[in-house]
Amino acid sequence: MTSSAHALGDVLAVESDPGGGFTPPGVGEFFPETLFGFSVLGIQFDIDRIILALWLATAVILVFLVLAARKAEIVPGRLQFIGESGYSLVRDGIARDVVGPKGLPFAPFLASLFFFILANNALAIIPGIQISPMARFSFPLVLALICWVVYIAVGIKNQGLWPYFRDIMFLPGVPKAAYILVTPLELLQNFIVRPFTLAIRLFANLFAGHMLLVTFALGAVYLFQVGNFSVIFFPLSALMAIVMTFFELLIIFLQAYVFTMLMGTYLNGSVEAAH
Amino acid sequence: MSILAAESPNPLIPVVGEIIIGTIAFLVLLFVVWKFVAPGFEKAFQARRAAIEGGIERAEAMQAEAEAALAQYRAQLAEARNEAAEIRDSARAEGQQIIEQLRTQAQEESARIVARGEEQLAASRQQVVAELRGQIGTLAVQLAGRVVGESLADDARRSGTVDRFLDELDEMAASNPAGNGGAQPSSGATTGSTVYVPEGNR
Repeated sequence: MTSSAHALGDVLAVESDPGGGFTPPGVGEFFPETLFGFSVLGIQFDIDRIILALWLATAVILVFLVLAARKAEIVPGRLQFIGESGYSLVRDGIARDVVGPKGLPFAPFLASLFFFILANNALAIIPGIQISPMARFSFPLVLALICWVVYIAVGIKNQGLWPYFRDIMFLPGVPKAAYILVTPLELLQNFIVRPFTLAIRLFANLFAGHMLLVTFALGAVYLFQVGNFSVIFFPLSALMAIVMTFFELLIIFLQAYVFTMLMGTYLNGSVEAAH
Repeated sequence: MSILAAESPNPLIPVVGEIIIGTIAFLVLLFVVWKFVAPGFEKAFQARRAAIEGGIERAEAMQAEAEAALAQYRAQLAEARNEAAEIRDSARAEGQQIIEQLRTQAQEESARIVARGEEQLAASRQQVVAELRGQIGTLAVQLAGRVVGESLADDARRSGTVDRFLDELDEMAASNPAGNGGAQPSSGATTGSTVYVPEGNR
């Protein structure tokens, strides 16, 4: 039983308890019951349907990409064309144009990022699942931390350990007195704010999107069930649930692209000497 | 609020197990993309670029070939035109020559014909003159004989009177300054006179 089903149960329970009113879905939405769990080296792994969804999305995008690229030909087939279009979007649009002339080697990494986020985001509107693993903070955080490690490592490798940190702490062309203000801000910006904004932007979009969808869907059910004049608002709520689904579709693509694009700009700062 | 929601943890606190699961999932995808997917696509891009460049090169070669053929064709055409003009000129010259030749031939021919005609005319005249002379002599003698009443033929033949008379006539004609046969002298009273004659004496 899913958490949404629990919430649905709560809504339907209104009939037996007329004074209860509408119970909005809560954070519990994102923490469905554990299907099975195990412990390795003292770390607890609790597998629920969201983690299964993550595996499913990863497996599907993996199989799709391998099939698309396996027999890549000059004249692409339908599958290859779709895969290529996505890969080119990242390779040309981000790796080459945003990261810079030295950016092409990062194309596979950026493409993996894009496809991974896209596939997992897409689960937000796939019927039967309708919740994205990216709405669980751990997963966007994983990606943000990987990006954080990568762009710092690339910066140190390309510019040298000291020049990399020096250029971040002491921006060239800034008056010396301003360093009192600029240096802490830059350090905060580059090493703390960036990964967190990356993670939180993605997480919050998918989290809020799911909440909106569930609220309108459950609201529609409630309005239909409550048994008074409120039933006239039922179509409005149902319509909003559908409209928000299409809005989610936009969010799914946009957030995957924004995440990858921002990683591209960070890599650009690491690849080329700052400013 | 549902019991489940009340129990649920803070959504902003990550779970270690999930972090590991997420990391593994992403790294697996990254590995596959890095090892198989990206090289596959890059190879296709490369092949496509090569194909396009090859196509462009081929097209350029063909264009160059076509241009060369066109230039050759034009040269041949110009050559042919020159040749045709030459042939035309020479034909014209030849025609002119032939006409000239024919004209000369015709002129020669006509001159010859005229000359022959004149010759024949002269010969006929000679013959006629000779015949007439004989007949005139005979007739004159016959006439004289009839006038005199006897035949003078033998006598005249013997003495050559007639011939002498005719010769004299000839001489008279020859001494005429106009010199155009014997027809001229009849205009004046005195033969051979070129003196001006006033109108009153006529």
